[in-house]
Amino acid sequence: MIISVASGKGGTGKTLVATSLALSLRERDKVQLLDCDVEEPNDHIFLKPVFTRSEAVAIPVPEVNEEKCTHCGKCAEVCAYNAIAVMKQKVLVFPELCHGCGACGYLCPEKAISEEAKEIGVVESGSSDGIGFVHGKLAVGEVMAPPVIRQVKEHISREGTVIIDVSPGTSCPVVEAVKDSDFCLLVTEPTPFGLNDLVLAVETVRVLNIPCGIVLNRAGVGDGKVEEYCQKENIPVLLTIPLDTEIASFYSRGVPLVEGMPQWKVSFLGLSDKIREIVNERSSDTER
Amino acid sequence: MKEVVILSGKGGTGKTSIVGSFAALAQKKVLADCDVDAADLHLLLNPSITEENEFWSGQVAVIDDEECTQCGLCQDVCRFDAIKDFRVDPVPCEGCGFCSHICPVEAITMKESLSGHWFISDTKYGHLVHARLGIAQENSGKLVALVRQQAKQIAKRDGLDFIISDGPPGIGCPVISSLSGANLALLVTEPTLSGIHDLERVRGVCHHFGIPALVCVNKYDLNEDNTHQIENYCLNQGVEVAARVPFDNTVTEAIVQGLPVVEYSPGRVTQEIESLWQHVTRALEQ
Repeated sequence: MIISVASGKGGTGKTLVATSLALSLRERDKVQLLDCDVEEPNDHIFLKPVFTRSEAVAIPVPEVNEEKCTHCGKCAEVCAYNAIAVMKQKVLVFPELCHGCGACGYLCPEKAISEEAKEIGVVESGSSDGIGFVHGKLAVGEVMAPPVIRQVKEHISREGTVIIDVSPGTSCPVVEAVKDSDFCLLVTEPTPFGLNDLVLAVETVRVLNIPCGIVLNRAGVGDGKVEEYCQKENIPVLLTIPLDTEIASFYSRGVPLVEGMPQWKVSFLGLSDKIREIVNERSSDTER
Repeated sequence: MKEVVILSGKGGTGKTSIVGSFAALAQKKVLADCDVDAADLHLLLNPSITEENEFWSGQVAVIDDEECTQCGLCQDVCRFDAIKDFRVDPVPCEGCGFCSHICPVEAITMKESLSGHWFISDTKYGHLVHARLGIAQENSGKLVALVRQQAKQIAKRDGLDFIISDGPPGIGCPVISSLSGANLALLVTEPTLSGIHDLERVRGVCHHFGIPALVCVNKYDLNEDNTHQIENYCLNQGVEVAARVPFDNTVTEAIVQGLPVVEYSPGRVTQEIESLWQHVTRALEQ
């Protein structure tokens, strides 16, 4: 089962939920935690994994063989991203605009374009106390997170439970991380900002046709509008975590909630049971 | 005219509350919400939209069933796995057009896609340019660039002194698009290990693009050891810590009321943000 942990708004507690869920579940299941927030990965701060492997993430960008090139301009014409400009004597390639689709090389009539790998990040994998751990890091100054996320997800094992920590927002990196999940947990807080961004996140997972449920974090601040919305939209609130200085203090020091306050383990196991129930119900519905 | 963009790396550190307060404190400014994925600034500024525009960007491949001979070439060449069973899934399709160029029977066309909307609004604090990227859409970077360009035009037209931009979290495409060419980045962080880690990455991005940065430690009293660590880091990097804002429930109360915190309560948070804005204007004058 693949559970992604997303939010819309940043800083609502995705990392807290993803790490505590992984730590609670490992006692009864094989667990893998994938940190797909490749712009700002934080799970490693809490789980302190030992990394055994590191792979570069590269995207193919065109390299033009000027000896073969006749400057016909076909490559620039087919490039949808304006990543190639053909001058009279020279071809200019802008690797930071290239999406690596490969059209230019395939369509070059002179076969003058080959591809070279441009490194945009790294994927590190290892383990932390029995939890399989993988994360990706987009290199500073690079723009394209999705290829790094795709490479992290290549490590998904089909056994046990896979937990994916997602970046905030609703655009391509979120879609890339969340798609193919069996369930998406949306972590939010009971404020107008939390609600506004939750609505966007719910729309996103609905486009992807993934069932979702809510973790309401910092309950007690703000107002009751998130709960009203969830009720109206028939989205289950699966876990409520109160605003609590002790919880915030453990978080600030990089201590997972269920390690600092082990009494929370039961709640996270209950959360996982509820998710499993929803996922099983849904798959038996589709079979029928 | 000077432009300051408020960034954080980590989400939820308080960017929008600070920008909302700057909106109330600054004279002669235009506001830009560059978090086009999950924009929140409008919730504090109560804007009335005066101009709404569609954001058409990027393309999506469409296969004509009647022309398609199911040869499978498009599926073979697509590197984004966007074509399955001779149908295009618009979500993974990156609009490269490779398939449309190589289809032997020309059954594939590229259609422009509506990727979002952008707005110019009036608020009691001045104009606000903001946007909403369509759900699960791409090209957030382009939409951010458009928001900034519109804000710049307004600033020029009205002879304004400041463009104040609320940036997105992270360090990728929309962040770089918010940052490039700005005069100053204000990095809002919090004293948690995650906050510190993410501050270092976003500060790396500012350094990479040669944008000067100031740091604001929000909720600094939640963990004063970590706040010292941030101050040491900044000292070593030659980055000034311009403010230490205390944790205070009035910040959340103000959000619930839909008001910038400086207009909601005159307490310590407000004093610190007022002094922060002074700092920012001095840094922008340099």
